[in-house]
Amino acid sequence: MTVPLLEVHDLTIAFPAAWPVRNLSFSVAGGETVAIVGESGSGKSLTALALMRLLPGAARISSGRIDFVGQDLVTFSEPAMRKVRGARLAMIFQEPMTSLNPVLTIGAQIVDVLRLHENLSRRAARARAIELLDLVRVADPHRRIDDYPHRLSGGMRQRVMIAIAVACGPRLLIADEPTTALDVTIQAQVLDLLDGLRRDLGMGLLLITHDLSVVGQWADRVIVMYAGCKVEEGVPDVILHRPRHPYTEGLLAASPRTAEGSSYRDGLLREIRGSIASALGEQGCPFRPRCPKAAPACTLAPPPAVVVQPGHLAACPVLNPRQARDAVA
Amino acid sequence: MTSARRVLKALVRNGLAAIPTVLAIVILNFFLLQLAPGDAADVIAGESGAATEESMRQLRARLGLDLPVVAQLQAYLSNLAQGSLGFSPRYNMPVADLILQRLPQTLMLLWMALGFAFVLGVTLGTVMALNAGRWPDRMISVLTLLLYSVPGFWIGLMLIVLFSIKLGWLPSGGAETIASGFTGLDLVLDRLRHMILPALTLSLFFIAVYARLTRAAVMEVAEQDFVRTARAKGLSGFTVGFRHILRNALLPVTTLAGMHIGGVLGGAVVVETVFSWPGLGRLAFEAVLRRDYNVLLGVLLLSSFLVIIANMMVDLLQAWLDPRIEVR
Ligand SMILES: Nc1ncnc2c1ncn2[C@@H]1O[C@H](COP(=O)(O)OP(=O)(O)OP(=O)(O)O)[C@@H](O)[C@H]1O
Ligand SMILES: [Mg+2]
Repeated sequence: MTVPLLEVHDLTIAFPAAWPVRNLSFSVAGGETVAIVGESGSGKSLTALALMRLLPGAARISSGRIDFVGQDLVTFSEPAMRKVRGARLAMIFQEPMTSLNPVLTIGAQIVDVLRLHENLSRRAARARAIELLDLVRVADPHRRIDDYPHRLSGGMRQRVMIAIAVACGPRLLIADEPTTALDVTIQAQVLDLLDGLRRDLGMGLLLITHDLSVVGQWADRVIVMYAGCKVEEGVPDVILHRPRHPYTEGLLAASPRTAEGSSYRDGLLREIRGSIASALGEQGCPFRPRCPKAAPACTLAPPPAVVVQPGHLAACPVLNPRQARDAVA
Repeated sequence: MTSARRVLKALVRNGLAAIPTVLAIVILNFFLLQLAPGDAADVIAGESGAATEESMRQLRARLGLDLPVVAQLQAYLSNLAQGSLGFSPRYNMPVADLILQRLPQTLMLLWMALGFAFVLGVTLGTVMALNAGRWPDRMISVLTLLLYSVPGFWIGLMLIVLFSIKLGWLPSGGAETIASGFTGLDLVLDRLRHMILPALTLSLFFIAVYARLTRAAVMEVAEQDFVRTARAKGLSGFTVGFRHILRNALLPVTTLAGMHIGGVLGGAVVVETVFSWPGLGRLAFEAVLRRDYNVLLGVLLLSSFLVIIANMMVDLLQAWLDPRIEVR
């Protein structure tokens, strides 16, 4: 196998008094879609911002490596990072309504990034911006380019955000809940668009979502996060139908099934009792306070993710009693 | 309809809508002035030092001061309806001419003061916001607090002491060097030199106001999602700061700047007196001392128009800065 596009090793993000992401490791290959799922507050957005090196002021990367195309982004200076952002590594955000500058035309905002990284003339950049709007299927791009964001619907704005993100042909695109704020019919269109662009541009796609139905259809691999830790990883088929971690099982039971022939009427949705706040200060497995299968071994140390099957990792001491003991020893 | 025509129509419509407001201001001021003790006849008599009951009565009759208050108001309003602001016995010329003579000086002072206030205030505010909580922020904070709380005339006097008397860099008053015979560029420079100290004095309070407004606005905009988008594009801190943050932060600042124009005009009364600047402010001050109410009412009338026009211009500026606002 060639060098993977992105390899994150033991990433830990620290606030002065909290560690919202702990020892997170995962990788994304070129052309691959990796989904990160997990409930609100599990650290998905912070992970994405850490990859961009755009963490909020109080947060910092306290340990770990982010190897992107063979170079560790954690060691990059701010000027070096600016050359990467928007060019080889791009990101789109959850809130299309507020993510565009209200006083600049959408054309100006696309041209911004093109002129910065591609050294294009004003004219050429504008022509390219029109092409990009066409690429993300904005109708009538010649006229739309001079519109201000408030004239566009949420779905259209998210398309413009995508045009900005792919303008310079990034190797990896991070999409943080790109469709959460959109209505269902638009969601599928936007995800289709992202998927098509991934294929055509050969880029990796890190798709952050808390919608499990998105995962089955669009992801090649799924990472389940809970309270800043990776609890399970595998292909969608395994994660959605044969999960091993109690948290993933709970998450599935709490989601309407999307498999054909089934509907939410077939069974009651079950909630996971307790709240993610209970993970705070937990010495062992972060999910233990809410886990129906919790055992004494779970209090010892944060369980490492171990291979339960080729390509399927889970971090649960009950599943792997021996590893849990080894980790403590 | 083209936008230029739309803007023109909006101006005319707003101007007409302002007429009742201005009328109300005139009437209110008229009655307020009646509350002040004494009248023009008392002042004139006091100055001449030798007035009899008889000459006072004649003077009052000539000035129309012997009429009942309501009749005086009626006379003033009917004059106004014919486009006349009345006559000033003290200056022995029509009030309108007197005001027009002084207006350009005050407008120049006003523009320069507002320019200082805006440029310096926005710059200081931006520096504060970008260094929030660190020493540049703290230092400028203390400075703005001082500018807020120290009276303008005192600062004006101190500036005269420092720059005119001790250092001798700038003139201490007046609008130009008398009998200098300057022409062309020299004349312009001479006038500018005379304007610097009064304009600065007038602007200090507003520098503080704008600095604090800008600080708050920049800090709020910096938290917005689109700023994160701009950073994610790889733009430098400078580009993000100016193109994306400041441009948006100026929207609330301009709104409030419009509201302060009345305050700047009020400050002009003090500053023009301190710097013997021949503008409307000093004219108003003299008119009060001399109970020359026709002049004072004229100045107040014009000032209210100035404030209204300035606010209309701010509205237009806003519509230009913010595409979400349509000119209505
Ligand atoms: N300034 C802060 N100080 C301490 N903890 C913080 C701070 N900001 C965020 N956090 C914590 O970081 C954790 C992860 O937040 P993050 O935004 O990454 O979650 P998320 O998985 O993206 O959730 P969502 O689905 O709601 O977007 C949260 O539990 C939050 O409480
Ligand atoms: Mg999030």
